[in-house]
Amino acid sequence: MAQLFPRSFNNLSHASIYVALVLAAISIWLAVELAKSDYVTGVGTPLEQPVQFSHKHHVSDDGIDCRYCHSTVEKTDFAGIPSTETCMTCHSDLWQTSPILEPVRTSYQTNTSIQWQRVYRLPDFVFFNHSIHINKGIGCSTCHGRVDQMPLVYQFTALRMDWCLDCHRAPQTSIRPRSEIFNMEWTPGADQTRRGNELMRDYGIAPADRLTDCYTCHR
Amino acid sequence: MCRRSGHSIVVLVVAFAGIMTLCGCSYDMSVQPSYRTLARSDFFSDERSARPLTIGTVATAKRDSGGGIPFPLTIELLQQGRERFDIFCSPCHGRLGNGEGMVVQRGFSRPPSFHLERLKSVPDSHYFEVITHGIGRMWPYGNRTSVSDRWAISGYIRVLQFSQAAPLSAVPPDELENLRKEQ
Repeated sequence: MAQLFPRSFNNLSHASIYVALVLAAISIWLAVELAKSDYVTGVGTPLEQPVQFSHKHHVSDDGIDCRYCHSTVEKTDFAGIPSTETCMTCHSDLWQTSPILEPVRTSYQTNTSIQWQRVYRLPDFVFFNHSIHINKGIGCSTCHGRVDQMPLVYQFTALRMDWCLDCHRAPQTSIRPRSEIFNMEWTPGADQTRRGNELMRDYGIAPADRLTDCYTCHR
Repeated sequence: MCRRSGHSIVVLVVAFAGIMTLCGCSYDMSVQPSYRTLARSDFFSDERSARPLTIGTVATAKRDSGGGIPFPLTIELLQQGRERFDIFCSPCHGRLGNGEGMVVQRGFSRPPSFHLERLKSVPDSHYFEVITHGIGRMWPYGNRTSVSDRWAISGYIRVLQFSQAAPLSAVPPDELENLRKEQ
């Protein structure tokens, strides 16, 4: 019986091994890149919330401080989601018939919680504490972006571990004076590294090798 | 032959390690059976993991200050008061305490100015009580501000009252220069 395949198929079969390897490598790379992409992480896309709350309006137009609603941000790990009572403090007398605010009034009248969707969600094995960052010179906008310009709030960053570590390895790049923490317009100046090093000394910030210990964030 | 079986063992070990590694992939650690603050609960009927105070809970903090601020009136306390006033009070009362805050300009009922004689003559504790329990259109702020914050704000309201009716002699000399320029 004659050979089914001519001799030249040997080359083809060899080549196909390498092609398969390259394809496998490309697909792994694609999967990793896709997992990091904004499309998968949701960065830049507002979540559907029970109320179309605009941070831009309340912060930029009305000049309300972050801490009016996120009142525990300086003292606890959690910044705090305002209670319905906080909304009603103004909205019992302002826009009190607006259909947008119907879920707020219903929540208040029926004593049920408004179920806001979390925008920033960390895995349970990460222990993030707002108060230590606020008190050591990391401002809101460093991690949350220009919330004062977001009509509907969205993730500014995917909170990947390498992103956290970038700053934990070199805090002087992001540290600002405590007086500027809630200033959404603050940006690092030309002398940020020098100023950042001064602030690290003034605020008693641990050196990078301690800030990058596993147990700093994982317990 | 021997070399070939050596290869098979390596392949087996690598495959086994790979499979065991993949078996380790799960969300058990990411989503643990504990609550994060204010997380939704499937256990309680109101779906709240944050539980209300038990019925019959008695407040034990000392309440009666005798009308005055029960803290030494230091510059730090007044600065704390200014910060908290600007966060919580200024949206309605305005930074000067004249009742012309941004929320009032948007249509909220106008609060009285702190510079009225009536409000100058009340004891410090009046402000503490009003912040804690609310009054008229103003809702209570007792659950949003700490006790020391509320006393600090009461002290700062006195600063505002003084600032709007202070004699020229109370102005520091270097500030006096600026004041004259503005006029």
